[in-house]
Amino acid sequence: MIRVENLHKQFGGFRAVDGATLEIASGSITGLIGPNGAGKTTLFNVIAGVHSPSGGKVTLDGEDITGLPPHELFHKGVLRTFQIAHEYGSMSCRENLMMVPADQSGETLWNTWFGRKRIADEERALRAKADEVLEFLTIEHLADHKAGQVSGGQKKLLELGRTMMVDAKIVFLDEVGAGVNRTLLNTIGDAIIRLNKERGYTFVVIEHDMDFIGRLCDPVICMAEGKVLAEGTLSEIKANEQVIEAYLGTGLKNKQKEEA
Amino acid sequence: MMIDFLNAIVALSNFVLIPAIAYGSQLALGALGVTLVYGVLRFSNFAHGDTMAFGTMTVILFTWWFQSMGISIHPLPTALLALPFGIAVTALLLLGTDRVVYRFYRKQKAQPVIYLIVSLGVMFILNGLVRFIIGPGDQRFADGERFIMKARDFKAMTGLKEGLAIKTSQSITLVTAIIVVIALFWFLNRTRTGKSMRAFSDNEDLALLSGINPERVVIYTWLIVAALATIAGTLYGLDKSFKPFTYFQLLLPIFAAAIVGGLGSPLGAIAGGFVIAFSEVMITYAWKKVLTYLMPDSLDPSGLVQLIATEYKFAISFVILVIVLLFRPTGLFRGKAL
Repeated sequence: MIRVENLHKQFGGFRAVDGATLEIASGSITGLIGPNGAGKTTLFNVIAGVHSPSGGKVTLDGEDITGLPPHELFHKGVLRTFQIAHEYGSMSCRENLMMVPADQSGETLWNTWFGRKRIADEERALRAKADEVLEFLTIEHLADHKAGQVSGGQKKLLELGRTMMVDAKIVFLDEVGAGVNRTLLNTIGDAIIRLNKERGYTFVVIEHDMDFIGRLCDPVICMAEGKVLAEGTLSEIKANEQVIEAYLGTGLKNKQKEEA
Repeated sequence: MMIDFLNAIVALSNFVLIPAIAYGSQLALGALGVTLVYGVLRFSNFAHGDTMAFGTMTVILFTWWFQSMGISIHPLPTALLALPFGIAVTALLLLGTDRVVYRFYRKQKAQPVIYLIVSLGVMFILNGLVRFIIGPGDQRFADGERFIMKARDFKAMTGLKEGLAIKTSQSITLVTAIIVVIALFWFLNRTRTGKSMRAFSDNEDLALLSGINPERVVIYTWLIVAALATIAGTLYGLDKSFKPFTYFQLLLPIFAAAIVGGLGSPLGAIAGGFVIAFSEVMITYAWKKVLTYLMPDSLDPSGLVQLIATEYKFAISFVILVIVLLFRPTGLFRGKAL
């Protein structure tokens, strides 16, 4: 379980996250919605250790993880993906995935020269795992393609794939659906649900596509102006006056009125 | 006619090709160090020339020590035996510098330009350190057989008028450079450590979020840079001689090589090294001899046919640098990531 208490992050005079407090239950798929500039990505970045917070506290299962650097959070099973897909462009998709697990035995100079067999065994296992992940994501045909050259949507899948290479506790997905077509989005959705059910991953999903959120997420948290505005199921959120004001817009309100 | 042509080729090899290949290999090794620091640590390391000087100095001290104890690997120079020790000491120096200087700025996420100025400071300190320990003068430390092939023997063997001399240092330079480059590329492309360095260079954010420990990547980078700098410096010293100021001056052609090839691209650093070396040697070479062989007698040049005096050789790297930056700012091999 991740607890965020009164988290602040300021850039100069701008308060990107302004006292956010929220809880993410283990085993849930929590949706994080809100207008652009609400501080969702900044919240992610602060939790994931990219930015250090200006104030507040983040705990993982009671352990204080505030401001830990990203690679240490990784070891605690806290992973994230990026809004704009990141990849090692000059490596193949398979190599991209194989990069992920940390502390591989090939990482010490000693093993590089003298532990060849151990490394080879480990690489073989990793390779099999990477291929399995690629198959799961239905992009096995891209295994040997340079990651810099595959499509934007496929890069997004690769992002998700990275989180599957290790046993993650909690995965922060920053707009996995942005720039992805419907079919691919459904594939991603399926993958998320399966990972959640079968492997017990906890997900936090930033997304603007309400259908996608509705299909996956319970609960949904709505942020605006760096604060948490409301929390609940998607239908509760949709009915919340403040949320409609800040994010969903009055169009939806009118529509709901008509429907009623 | 045929003989004239052969003589021209031999003269060209003797005065241009062989020296340029040796010099190019030395520049390439130096530029590889610069490019690695740029690719992984993201700054232009102005202290690299003096790191080379420091590495070479330690190798010289070990060489002298070995010589005094009568240890030698004749006909090869003793310096080769001292090389691993020199690398080890230089690695300690670089790791120490990183610990007390660069790490502080890394923590602050300093701008590259700040790093650059910091590396200038490190450069001055190393500059002073090397002169303090070994003095500013010329040091010769090459021993063993000086030539693989002497000009006189070549003449006797072939009956040609021109001689071809191959210095031991030149062939050692080439062989070592090839081994080092193969080892480096194998390391970067095939080993997990090398891949994490490439990953870090390619996309730092992603590398961090995939659990790659930045401090470890940094340590490995400095270790490799120490090896590259010491090897490059020692080879240069064996080939010519060791003088701290010369190494400081080498910074310009080395940076030119790295930039011409594309900063951050190891392949580019090698290509750049040879481009710079060949231009420098060819433009400062007096072509009179070669042309006399090739041209009909009536067209024999009366002057030296030297485009630029050797005193201005550093200007050449500079001009090439400017031309490349004007027409292909990313360098020949599109630099930035490893």
